[in-house]
Amino acid sequence: MRATLWGTRGSLPNAGPETVRYGGNTSCVEVRGRGGTVLVLDAGTGIRRLGACINGNVKRVDLLLTHLHMDHIQGLGFFGPLYRPGMEVHIWGPPSATMNLRARLARYLSPPLFPVRIRDLPCSLTLHDVHPGEFEVGEFQIRADLVSHPGPTLGFRISENGGTLAYMPDHEPIVGGGDLPAEHEWTSGFAIAEGADVLLHDSQYSREQYPEHVGWGHSYVEQTLRFADRAGVGKLVTFHHDPAHDDAMLDRMLEDALRAFRPECTIQPGQEGAVIDT
Amino acid sequence: MTQKDLELILLRQWAAHIQTPIWIAGVEGELLFYNEPAEQLLRRRFDEAGEMPLDQLAALFNTATEDGRPVTSRDLPLGVALSERRPAQGRLRVSALDGSVRLIDVTAVPIIAAGNRHLGAIVFFNEVMP
Repeated sequence: MRATLWGTRGSLPNAGPETVRYGGNTSCVEVRGRGGTVLVLDAGTGIRRLGACINGNVKRVDLLLTHLHMDHIQGLGFFGPLYRPGMEVHIWGPPSATMNLRARLARYLSPPLFPVRIRDLPCSLTLHDVHPGEFEVGEFQIRADLVSHPGPTLGFRISENGGTLAYMPDHEPIVGGGDLPAEHEWTSGFAIAEGADVLLHDSQYSREQYPEHVGWGHSYVEQTLRFADRAGVGKLVTFHHDPAHDDAMLDRMLEDALRAFRPECTIQPGQEGAVIDT
Repeated sequence: MTQKDLELILLRQWAAHIQTPIWIAGVEGELLFYNEPAEQLLRRRFDEAGEMPLDQLAALFNTATEDGRPVTSRDLPLGVALSERRPAQGRLRVSALDGSVRLIDVTAVPIIAAGNRHLGAIVFFNEVMP
Protein backbone atom coordinates (compact mmCIF):
# COMPACT_ATOMS: atom_id res chain seq x y z
CA MET A 1 0.00 0.00 0.00
CA ARG A 2 1.05 3.59 -0.48
CA ALA A 3 0.30 6.30 2.09
CA THR A 4 0.45 9.98 1.22
CA LEU A 5 0.39 12.55 4.00
CA TRP A 6 -1.94 15.42 3.03
CA GLY A 7 -2.05 16.96 6.49
CA THR A 8 0.04 16.25 9.58
CA ARG A 9 -0.83 19.21 11.80
CA GLY A 10 -2.92 18.85 14.93
CA SER A 11 -5.61 20.99 16.50
CA LEU A 12 -5.59 23.92 14.07
CA PRO A 13 -4.26 24.60 10.58
CA ASN A 14 -1.12 26.68 10.57
CA ALA A 15 0.03 27.77 7.14
CA GLY A 16 2.97 30.13 6.83
CA PRO A 17 6.62 30.39 5.92
CA GLU A 18 7.66 28.90 9.26
CA THR A 19 5.74 25.65 8.64
CA VAL A 20 6.61 24.99 5.00
CA ARG A 21 8.44 21.71 5.57
CA TYR A 22 6.03 20.03 7.98
CA GLY A 23 2.99 21.70 6.46
CA GLY A 24 0.03 23.47 7.96
CA ASN A 25 -2.95 21.28 7.08
CA THR A 26 -4.64 19.15 9.73
CA SER A 27 -4.83 15.37 9.72
CA CYS A 28 -5.47 13.62 6.43
CA VAL A 29 -3.74 10.58 4.96
CA GLU A 30 -4.49 8.87 1.66
CA VAL A 31 -3.88 5.12 1.53
CA ARG A 32 -4.05 3.35 -1.81
CA GLY A 33 -4.00 -0.40 -2.16
CA ARG A 34 -2.54 -2.45 -4.96
CA GLY A 35 -6.04 -3.14 -6.17
CA GLY A 36 -6.80 0.56 -6.46
CA THR A 37 -8.95 0.92 -3.34
CA VAL A 38 -8.77 4.44 -1.93
CA LEU A 39 -8.87 4.92 1.82
CA VAL A 40 -8.77 8.36 3.39
CA LEU A 41 -7.79 8.63 7.04
CA ASP A 42 -9.45 11.64 8.65
CA ALA A 43 -10.92 14.71 7.05
CA GLY A 44 -8.70 17.50 8.31
CA THR A 45 -8.00 20.44 6.07
CA GLY A 46 -5.54 18.37 4.03
CA ILE A 47 -8.47 16.53 2.48
CA ARG A 48 -9.33 19.42 0.15
CA ARG A 49 -6.16 19.01 -1.92
CA LEU A 50 -6.51 15.24 -1.83
CA GLY A 51 -10.06 15.47 -3.18
CA ALA A 52 -8.86 17.50 -6.12
CA CYS A 53 -6.42 14.70 -6.99
CA ILE A 54 -8.99 11.89 -7.02
CA ASN A 55 -9.84 11.55 -10.67
CA GLY A 56 -12.98 10.32 -12.39
CA ASN A 57 -11.66 6.78 -12.67
CA VAL A 58 -12.18 6.33 -8.94
CA LYS A 59 -15.78 5.31 -8.27
CA ARG A 60 -15.59 4.67 -4.52
CA VAL A 61 -13.80 6.33 -1.62
CA ASP A 62 -13.81 5.13 1.98
CA LEU A 63 -13.15 7.78 4.62
CA LEU A 64 -12.14 6.52 8.05
CA LEU A 65 -12.58 9.06 10.84
CA THR A 66 -10.67 8.43 14.05
CA HIS A 67 -12.91 10.86 15.92
CA LEU A 68 -14.97 13.95 15.39
CA HIS A 69 -12.84 16.70 16.87
CA MET A 70 -12.87 19.69 14.56
CA ASP A 71 -9.34 19.29 13.24
CA HIS A 72 -10.28 15.84 11.94
CA ILE A 73 -13.50 16.80 10.14
CA GLN A 74 -12.98 20.43 9.21
CA GLY A 75 -12.15 19.63 5.61
CA LEU A 76 -15.07 17.27 5.08
CA GLY A 77 -17.34 19.84 3.47
CA PHE A 78 -14.59 20.65 0.98
CA PHE A 79 -13.92 17.08 -0.14
CA GLY A 80 -14.67 17.13 -3.85
CA PRO A 81 -15.86 13.51 -4.24
CA LEU A 82 -18.84 14.27 -1.97
CA TYR A 83 -20.20 16.53 -4.72
CA ARG A 84 -19.86 14.07 -7.60
CA PRO A 85 -23.06 12.27 -8.63
CA GLY A 86 -22.32 8.59 -9.04
CA MET A 87 -19.41 8.62 -6.62
CA GLU A 88 -19.81 6.12 -3.81
CA VAL A 89 -18.51 7.51 -0.51
CA HIS A 90 -18.45 5.53 2.71
CA ILE A 91 -17.66 7.32 5.96
CA TRP A 92 -16.63 5.16 8.90
CA GLY A 93 -16.46 6.75 12.34
CA PRO A 94 -16.42 6.06 16.06
CA PRO A 95 -19.51 5.00 18.00
CA SER A 96 -21.36 7.15 20.47
CA ALA A 97 -23.62 6.28 23.37
CA THR A 98 -26.25 8.78 22.28
CA MET A 99 -26.23 9.59 18.55
CA ASN A 100 -25.28 7.81 15.36
CA LEU A 101 -22.51 9.03 13.08
CA ARG A 102 -24.88 10.76 10.67
CA ALA A 103 -26.49 12.81 13.43
CA ARG A 104 -23.14 13.85 14.85
CA LEU A 105 -21.65 14.83 11.50
CA ALA A 106 -24.82 16.73 10.65
CA ARG A 107 -24.08 19.07 13.52
CA TYR A 108 -21.22 20.39 11.40
CA LEU A 109 -22.62 19.79 7.92
CA SER A 110 -25.69 21.95 8.37
CA PRO A 111 -26.45 25.65 8.85
CA PRO A 112 -25.32 27.80 10.53
CA LEU A 113 -21.87 26.14 10.52
CA PHE A 114 -22.03 24.96 6.90
CA PRO A 115 -24.34 25.81 4.00
CA VAL A 116 -24.72 22.28 2.61
CA ARG A 117 -26.58 19.57 4.50
CA ILE A 118 -25.51 15.93 4.44
CA ARG A 119 -28.79 14.89 2.85
CA ASP A 120 -28.21 17.32 -0.02
CA LEU A 121 -24.84 15.87 -1.04
CA PRO A 122 -25.14 14.45 -4.57
CA CYS A 123 -22.83 11.47 -4.07
CA SER A 124 -24.04 8.09 -2.87
CA LEU A 125 -23.18 8.37 0.81
CA THR A 126 -23.18 5.59 3.40
CA LEU A 127 -22.22 6.13 7.03
CA HIS A 128 -20.98 3.37 9.31
CA ASP A 129 -20.73 3.48 13.09
CA VAL A 130 -17.57 1.49 13.81
CA HIS A 131 -17.30 -0.53 16.99
CA PRO A 132 -14.03 -2.16 18.02
CA GLY A 133 -13.42 -5.09 15.72
CA GLU A 134 -12.48 -5.89 12.16
CA PHE A 135 -13.94 -5.08 8.77
CA GLU A 136 -12.83 -5.16 5.16
CA VAL A 137 -12.73 -2.49 2.50
CA GLY A 138 -11.61 -3.71 -0.91
CA GLU A 139 -8.26 -5.40 -0.50
CA PHE A 140 -7.73 -3.92 2.97
CA GLN A 141 -8.32 -5.66 6.28
CA ILE A 142 -8.98 -3.04 8.91
CA ARG A 143 -8.99 -3.40 12.66
CA ALA A 144 -10.36 -0.67 14.90
CA ASP A 145 -9.90 -0.23 18.63
CA LEU A 146 -10.95 2.55 20.94
CA VAL A 147 -7.88 4.42 22.16
CA SER A 148 -7.18 6.88 24.93
CA HIS A 149 -8.28 10.36 23.86
CA PRO A 150 -11.17 12.52 25.10
CA GLY A 151 -14.41 11.29 23.51
CA PRO A 152 -14.86 8.13 21.45
CA THR A 153 -11.69 7.79 19.36
CA LEU A 154 -10.54 4.94 17.16
CA GLY A 155 -7.11 3.76 16.16
CA PHE A 156 -6.90 1.89 12.86
CA ARG A 157 -4.67 -0.98 11.82
CA ILE A 158 -4.73 -1.42 8.06
CA SER A 159 -3.31 -4.52 6.45
CA GLU A 160 -2.91 -5.48 2.83
CA ASN A 161 -0.83 -8.17 1.18
CA GLY A 162 1.43 -8.66 4.20
CA GLY A 163 2.01 -4.98 4.91
CA THR A 164 0.52 -3.16 7.90
CA LEU A 165 0.05 0.52 8.62
CA ALA A 166 -1.17 1.70 12.03
CA TYR A 167 -2.77 5.11 12.48
CA MET A 168 -3.27 6.83 15.84
CA PRO A 169 -3.03 10.58 15.28
CA ASP A 170 -4.55 11.48 18.66
CA HIS A 171 -3.46 9.22 21.48
CA GLU A 172 -2.30 9.56 25.06
CA PRO A 173 -1.40 5.98 25.99
CA ILE A 174 -0.63 6.76 29.63
CA VAL A 175 -2.51 9.70 31.06
CA GLY A 176 -0.03 11.60 33.19
CA GLY A 177 2.98 9.97 31.55
CA GLY A 178 5.07 7.34 33.28
CA ASP A 179 6.03 3.86 32.22
CA LEU A 180 3.95 1.79 29.85
CA PRO A 181 2.30 -1.19 31.58
CA ALA A 182 4.26 -4.42 31.45
CA GLU A 183 1.15 -6.22 30.21
CA HIS A 184 0.64 -5.16 26.61
CA GLU A 185 -3.09 -5.80 26.60
CA TRP A 186 -3.42 -3.07 29.22
CA THR A 187 -1.74 -0.49 26.98
CA SER A 188 -4.14 1.58 24.92
CA GLY A 189 -3.41 1.21 21.24
CA PHE A 190 -0.82 -1.51 21.60
CA ALA A 191 -2.78 -4.09 19.64
CA ILE A 192 -3.22 -1.58 16.82
CA ALA A 193 0.50 -0.83 16.62
CA GLU A 194 2.04 -4.19 17.46
CA GLY A 195 4.53 -5.20 14.80
CA ALA A 196 3.21 -2.73 12.22
CA ASP A 197 5.50 -1.85 9.35
CA VAL A 198 4.56 1.81 9.71
CA LEU A 199 3.03 3.64 12.68
CA LEU A 200 1.69 7.16 12.31
CA HIS A 201 1.37 8.41 15.87
CA ASP A 202 0.58 11.49 17.87
CA SER A 203 3.72 13.46 18.77
CA GLN A 204 2.21 16.76 19.78
CA TYR A 205 4.22 17.89 22.77
CA SER A 206 7.71 18.06 24.14
CA ARG A 207 8.34 16.43 27.50
CA GLU A 208 8.50 19.88 29.07
CA GLN A 209 5.13 20.88 27.65
CA TYR A 210 3.29 17.71 28.55
CA PRO A 211 2.63 18.37 32.27
CA GLU A 212 0.54 21.39 31.29
CA HIS A 213 -1.54 19.24 28.93
CA VAL A 214 -2.15 16.01 30.84
CA GLY A 215 -5.49 14.55 29.88
CA TRP A 216 -5.79 16.49 26.64
CA GLY A 217 -5.34 13.23 24.79
CA HIS A 218 -1.93 13.68 23.21
CA SER A 219 1.56 12.25 23.54
CA TYR A 220 4.94 13.83 24.00
CA VAL A 221 7.56 12.80 21.48
CA GLU A 222 9.64 10.71 23.86
CA GLN A 223 6.52 8.83 24.96
CA THR A 224 5.74 8.11 21.32
CA LEU A 225 9.27 6.80 20.74
CA ARG A 226 8.93 4.46 23.71
CA PHE A 227 5.48 3.30 22.61
CA ALA A 228 6.72 2.57 19.09
CA ASP A 229 9.72 0.70 20.42
CA ARG A 230 7.62 -1.39 22.79
CA ALA A 231 5.21 -2.20 19.96
CA GLY A 232 8.08 -3.29 17.73
CA VAL A 233 7.08 -1.24 14.70
CA GLY A 234 9.32 -0.96 11.66
CA LYS A 235 8.97 2.77 11.11
CA LEU A 236 7.52 5.55 13.22
CA VAL A 237 6.11 8.63 11.52
CA THR A 238 5.60 11.52 13.93
CA PHE A 239 2.20 13.12 13.46
CA HIS A 240 -0.29 15.69 14.77
CA HIS A 241 2.15 18.51 15.29
CA ASP A 242 1.11 21.32 17.57
CA PRO A 243 0.10 24.43 15.60
CA ALA A 244 2.40 26.55 17.77
CA HIS A 245 5.45 24.57 16.69
CA ASP A 246 7.33 25.75 13.63
CA ASP A 247 9.63 23.60 11.49
CA ALA A 248 12.73 24.40 13.51
CA MET A 249 11.04 23.56 16.78
CA LEU A 250 9.67 20.27 15.44
CA ASP A 251 13.18 19.29 14.35
CA ARG A 252 14.52 20.21 17.76
CA MET A 253 11.78 18.33 19.65
CA LEU A 254 12.56 15.13 17.78
CA GLU A 255 16.30 15.52 18.31
CA ASP A 256 15.81 16.10 22.04
CA ALA A 257 13.53 13.10 22.37
CA LEU A 258 15.98 10.88 20.49
CA ARG A 259 18.72 11.94 22.89
CA ALA A 260 16.52 10.76 25.78
CA PHE A 261 15.49 7.51 24.12
CA ARG A 262 16.46 5.95 20.81
CA PRO A 263 14.09 3.23 19.61
CA GLU A 264 15.13 0.43 17.31
CA CYS A 265 12.69 1.45 14.58
CA THR A 266 13.44 4.03 11.93
CA ILE A 267 11.96 7.49 12.40
CA GLN A 268 10.41 9.67 9.75
CA PRO A 269 9.24 13.15 10.67
CA GLY A 270 5.63 13.46 9.53
CA GLN A 271 5.80 16.08 6.82
CA GLU A 272 2.98 17.04 4.52
CA GLY A 273 3.48 15.58 1.04
CA ALA A 274 5.52 12.60 2.21
CA VAL A 275 4.81 9.29 0.47
CA ILE A 276 5.34 6.08 2.41
CA ASP A 277 5.27 2.67 0.78
CA THR A 278 4.49 -0.37 2.90
CA MET B 1 -3.03 -9.86 20.96
CA THR B 2 -6.31 -8.26 21.94
CA GLN B 3 -6.50 -4.98 23.76
CA LYS B 4 -8.58 -4.83 26.92
CA ASP B 5 -11.63 -2.64 26.62
CA LEU B 6 -10.51 0.98 26.70
CA GLU B 7 -12.99 1.76 29.46
CA LEU B 8 -11.20 -0.79 31.68
CA ILE B 9 -7.77 0.52 30.70
CA LEU B 10 -8.75 4.05 31.66
CA LEU B 11 -10.38 2.85 34.89
CA ARG B 12 -7.22 1.03 35.84
CA GLN B 13 -5.07 4.06 35.06
CA TRP B 14 -7.39 6.21 37.14
CA ALA B 15 -7.54 3.75 40.05
CA ALA B 16 -3.75 3.71 40.18
CA HIS B 17 -3.85 7.41 41.07
CA ILE B 18 -6.59 7.17 43.71
CA GLN B 19 -6.09 6.87 47.47
CA THR B 20 -9.36 4.98 47.98
CA PRO B 21 -8.87 1.20 47.83
CA ILE B 22 -10.34 0.04 44.51
CA TRP B 23 -10.88 -3.40 42.98
CA ILE B 24 -11.83 -3.92 39.34
CA ALA B 25 -13.45 -7.17 38.27
CA GLY B 26 -14.37 -8.55 34.87
CA VAL B 27 -17.83 -9.60 33.82
CA GLU B 28 -17.48 -13.05 35.39
CA GLY B 29 -16.10 -11.54 38.57
CA GLU B 30 -12.50 -12.36 37.74
CA LEU B 31 -9.93 -10.04 39.22
CA LEU B 32 -8.57 -7.51 36.74
CA PHE B 33 -6.80 -5.07 39.04
CA TYR B 34 -6.61 -3.60 42.49
CA ASN B 35 -4.67 -0.54 43.48
CA GLU B 36 -1.96 0.01 46.10
CA PRO B 37 -4.36 1.19 48.84
CA ALA B 38 -6.31 -2.04 48.31
CA GLU B 39 -3.05 -3.96 48.52
CA GLN B 40 -2.49 -2.46 51.95
CA LEU B 41 -6.01 -3.37 53.03
CA LEU B 42 -5.85 -6.95 51.75
CA ARG B 43 -2.19 -7.41 52.60
CA ARG B 44 -1.22 -8.81 49.23
CA ARG B 45 0.35 -7.09 46.26
CA PHE B 46 -1.69 -7.19 43.06
CA ASP B 47 1.22 -8.65 41.13
CA GLU B 48 1.30 -11.57 43.57
CA ALA B 49 -2.44 -12.06 43.73
CA GLY B 50 -2.93 -14.52 40.91
CA GLU B 51 -6.37 -15.77 39.93
CA MET B 52 -9.23 -14.69 42.13
CA PRO B 53 -12.47 -15.98 40.61
CA LEU B 54 -15.69 -14.67 42.07
CA ASP B 55 -16.88 -18.02 43.38
CA GLN B 56 -13.80 -18.29 45.60
CA LEU B 57 -13.62 -14.71 46.71
CA ALA B 58 -15.80 -14.89 49.83
CA ALA B 59 -14.03 -18.00 51.09
CA LEU B 60 -10.60 -16.55 50.33
CA PHE B 61 -11.20 -13.60 52.63
CA ASN B 62 -13.43 -15.42 55.14
CA THR B 63 -16.04 -12.83 54.36
CA ALA B 64 -18.86 -12.40 56.86
CA THR B 65 -21.49 -9.89 57.81
CA GLU B 66 -20.78 -7.39 60.54
CA ASP B 67 -22.34 -9.75 63.10
CA GLY B 68 -20.38 -12.74 61.84
CA ARG B 69 -22.74 -14.59 59.48
CA PRO B 70 -20.95 -16.03 56.40
CA VAL B 71 -21.57 -14.37 53.06
CA THR B 72 -21.46 -16.22 49.78
CA SER B 73 -19.62 -14.76 46.81
CA ARG B 74 -22.89 -14.21 44.95
CA ASP B 75 -24.20 -12.16 47.88
CA LEU B 76 -21.15 -9.92 48.01
CA PRO B 77 -21.79 -6.41 46.69
CA LEU B 78 -19.57 -7.39 43.76
CA GLY B 79 -21.69 -10.45 43.07
CA VAL B 80 -24.87 -8.40 43.14
CA ALA B 81 -23.42 -5.67 40.92
CA LEU B 82 -22.41 -8.26 38.36
CA SER B 83 -25.52 -10.41 38.37
CA GLU B 84 -28.14 -7.69 38.75
CA ARG B 85 -26.23 -4.84 37.07
CA ARG B 86 -27.01 -2.40 39.83
CA PRO B 87 -24.92 -0.74 42.54
CA ALA B 88 -24.76 -2.66 45.78
CA GLN B 89 -23.33 -1.86 49.18
CA GLY B 90 -22.58 -3.71 52.37
CA ARG B 91 -20.56 -3.68 55.57
CA LEU B 92 -18.41 -6.78 55.74
CA ARG B 93 -15.95 -8.41 58.05
CA VAL B 94 -13.00 -9.81 56.08
CA SER B 95 -9.79 -11.57 56.92
CA ALA B 96 -6.87 -10.02 55.10
CA LEU B 97 -4.34 -12.44 53.69
CA ASP B 98 -2.04 -11.87 56.66
CA GLY B 99 -4.84 -13.07 58.95
CA SER B 100 -5.85 -9.70 60.35
CA VAL B 101 -9.61 -9.11 60.55
CA ARG B 102 -11.01 -5.84 59.24
CA LEU B 103 -14.42 -4.25 59.02
CA ILE B 104 -14.97 -2.56 55.66
CA ASP B 105 -17.75 -0.81 53.83
CA VAL B 106 -17.90 -2.15 50.28
CA THR B 107 -19.59 -0.41 47.36
CA ALA B 108 -19.76 -2.15 43.98
CA VAL B 109 -20.91 -0.45 40.80
CA PRO B 110 -21.42 -2.24 37.47
CA ILE B 111 -19.39 -0.97 34.52
CA ILE B 112 -21.73 -0.49 31.58
CA ALA B 113 -19.99 0.97 28.54
CA ALA B 114 -21.42 2.60 25.43
CA GLY B 115 -23.49 0.18 23.41
CA ASN B 116 -24.77 -1.33 26.67
CA ARG B 117 -21.63 -3.44 26.94
CA HIS B 118 -21.30 -4.99 30.38
CA LEU B 119 -17.60 -5.01 31.24
CA GLY B 120 -17.60 -5.92 34.92
CA ALA B 121 -17.73 -3.93 38.13
CA ILE B 122 -15.66 -1.53 40.16
CA VAL B 123 -15.54 -1.96 43.92
CA PHE B 124 -14.65 0.71 46.46
CA PHE B 125 -13.49 -0.23 49.97
CA ASN B 126 -13.59 1.95 53.04
CA GLU B 127 -12.19 0.52 56.24
CA VAL B 128 -14.39 1.12 59.27
CA MET B 129 -12.17 2.17 62.11
CA PRO B 130 -13.07 0.75 65.52
